[in-house]
Amino acid sequence: MTQQLILYPLLLQLLLSILLMFFWYRINAQRVISILGSILHLGLTIFVFSFIWNNGTQTLQAGSWEAPFGITFIADSLAITLVLLTAIAGLAVSIFSSSAMIPDRLRFGYFPIFHFLLLGLNGAFLTGDIFNLYVWFEIIIISSFVLITLGGEKAQLEGAVKYFTLNFLASMIFLTAIAVLYGLTGSLNMADLAIKVSEIENRALVQITAVLFLIGFGIKAAVFPLYFWLPASYHTPPSAVSAIFGGLLTKVGVYALIRVFSLIFVGDAFLDEILLVIAILTLFSGGVGALVQNNIKKVFSYLIICHIGYMILGLGMFTEVAIAGAIFYLIHDIIVKTNLFMVSGLIYRIKGSSSMRALGGFYSNYPKLSLLIFIPLFSLVGIPPLSGFWPKISLITASFDTQSYWGLAGIIFASFITLVVIAKLWAEVFWKNPGEIPKRKKFDYFHKMGKYRKLGFVVPIVFLSFVSLYIGFGAENIQILSSRVAQELMDKQLYIDAVFNNAQNPK
Amino acid sequence: MEILFAIIIGVLYAAGIYMILRRSLVKLIIGIILLGNGANLLIFLLGRISEGAPPIIPEESKVFLEAYADPVPQALILTAIVISFGLQSFAIILVKRAHKVVKTDDLDEMNATDEDS
Repeated sequence: MTQQLILYPLLLQLLLSILLMFFWYRINAQRVISILGSILHLGLTIFVFSFIWNNGTQTLQAGSWEAPFGITFIADSLAITLVLLTAIAGLAVSIFSSSAMIPDRLRFGYFPIFHFLLLGLNGAFLTGDIFNLYVWFEIIIISSFVLITLGGEKAQLEGAVKYFTLNFLASMIFLTAIAVLYGLTGSLNMADLAIKVSEIENRALVQITAVLFLIGFGIKAAVFPLYFWLPASYHTPPSAVSAIFGGLLTKVGVYALIRVFSLIFVGDAFLDEILLVIAILTLFSGGVGALVQNNIKKVFSYLIICHIGYMILGLGMFTEVAIAGAIFYLIHDIIVKTNLFMVSGLIYRIKGSSSMRALGGFYSNYPKLSLLIFIPLFSLVGIPPLSGFWPKISLITASFDTQSYWGLAGIIFASFITLVVIAKLWAEVFWKNPGEIPKRKKFDYFHKMGKYRKLGFVVPIVFLSFVSLYIGFGAENIQILSSRVAQELMDKQLYIDAVFNNAQNPK
Repeated sequence: MEILFAIIIGVLYAAGIYMILRRSLVKLIIGIILLGNGANLLIFLLGRISEGAPPIIPEESKVFLEAYADPVPQALILTAIVISFGLQSFAIILVKRAHKVVKTDDLDEMNATDEDS
């Protein structure tokens, strides 16, 4: 019973997406099932999370094949935290998309594919097998390809071609890396790999394999020289899709980097150096990119890239404090980025434009909504006591400890740039006198909607803003959580023991 | 045999990446297919090629005593082939739709996503 527990969130998503396919043309039924299912999923995940919090890491050997021969599922505190965050973001986007997605798009199976995407995310976080991770990645990207092209507008298709090509290339590089790793060790189980890779004499070969993994995951996580597909594609789909992409998809790449470089390729000064350099360049280039954009969705896209840098930086410094900072940032970032793309969708629905130059006067027209949007925007900047502030303390402390002053410069520069960008956005969109936006005839304006549809826009933003506020004001709890995750990540023996001990004496 | 395989894989990777770097959308698809096949062959090669040694244990022994063909790479390749087949068919449909809507197959002319809006 308890062994299968960790699979329940995953199975529930699978069940939901299959169930939704039976209601292909019945959009209202799909809306209800998706929202109710997401609430159920959140409840279940909270239950599993508290179980793992109290009882420690749980593993499951699929089909009772003993590790390292079968596929292992393992839920340590990092994995289950991310599953929980996926459930929170998934619920918000599910409610948001039931209002924000136009019925034409819903009719082509938006909800089933959305839940397949969540299934893939859950699987990627929970698996303990590197080839299985590849398969979950493919489930994620295939679902995301469908979501990004759904609707088939010109900009969407162009963005999709770029998104598809780079993600396919990333998958192939990842597959190549798995092949080389299998040739080196003859194993695919991550815990087994952690033992075997550390015993290999030829370190140069190991480093080359690690760099292949770094490139493959780096493209997905959108780090410095590999991020160009992201700002070219993330602003093209509807904002509900952008929300789930911006909040979770790049973070899977970050998760895979953290997992692989804290478990399999550990303690290599050369690799840590590369990670540090990449992180610092990501912080600089993403920030500068955000500065010159005019479309608010593009601004947020560049800010995603910029803030990926913080997490990679924490991984590159690889001390317990740094990893704790990176995990805290990851938790904060998933919630805030999902929220921001939903906010951009709300602004677009109200005004009919996403251009900062054209927008304006939002504060005088909608003071309450503006105050609501203030929370995610300034959480992102990290004005204390909002949520973005706390992880930076850990990261800055860690960069003093490891004497990586360039990293310190990167952190401060990126925070400053984020502040400038958000202040500019606030001034342009909320305070400035509105410019001339031509009224569109066939446009679904916010003020023309019914009461319930309006609620569908606002409720998820309120929900995620409250989560953000909790992360900010309850920072102590999140800090305890991320320290525990960091402890588990620093001691890879814990992970290895969890996989193998359980295999020897199954309960 | 291994040398020959290594050369073939190298050529497939090089040709695949070259084709992806071209501007034409059709060549992009060819590149994707070549790259996928190259990766599959690489798994096959790195799983050690052995001839006529099935992984079957004689009745009286409990472990493998001699060299045997590793069945895992074949399972991996099978999975990878199915996945890359799905991706390739999606790519073909995507490119067809994109060509119909954008009315060009030159990637350089696909600039709508970079325009200031």
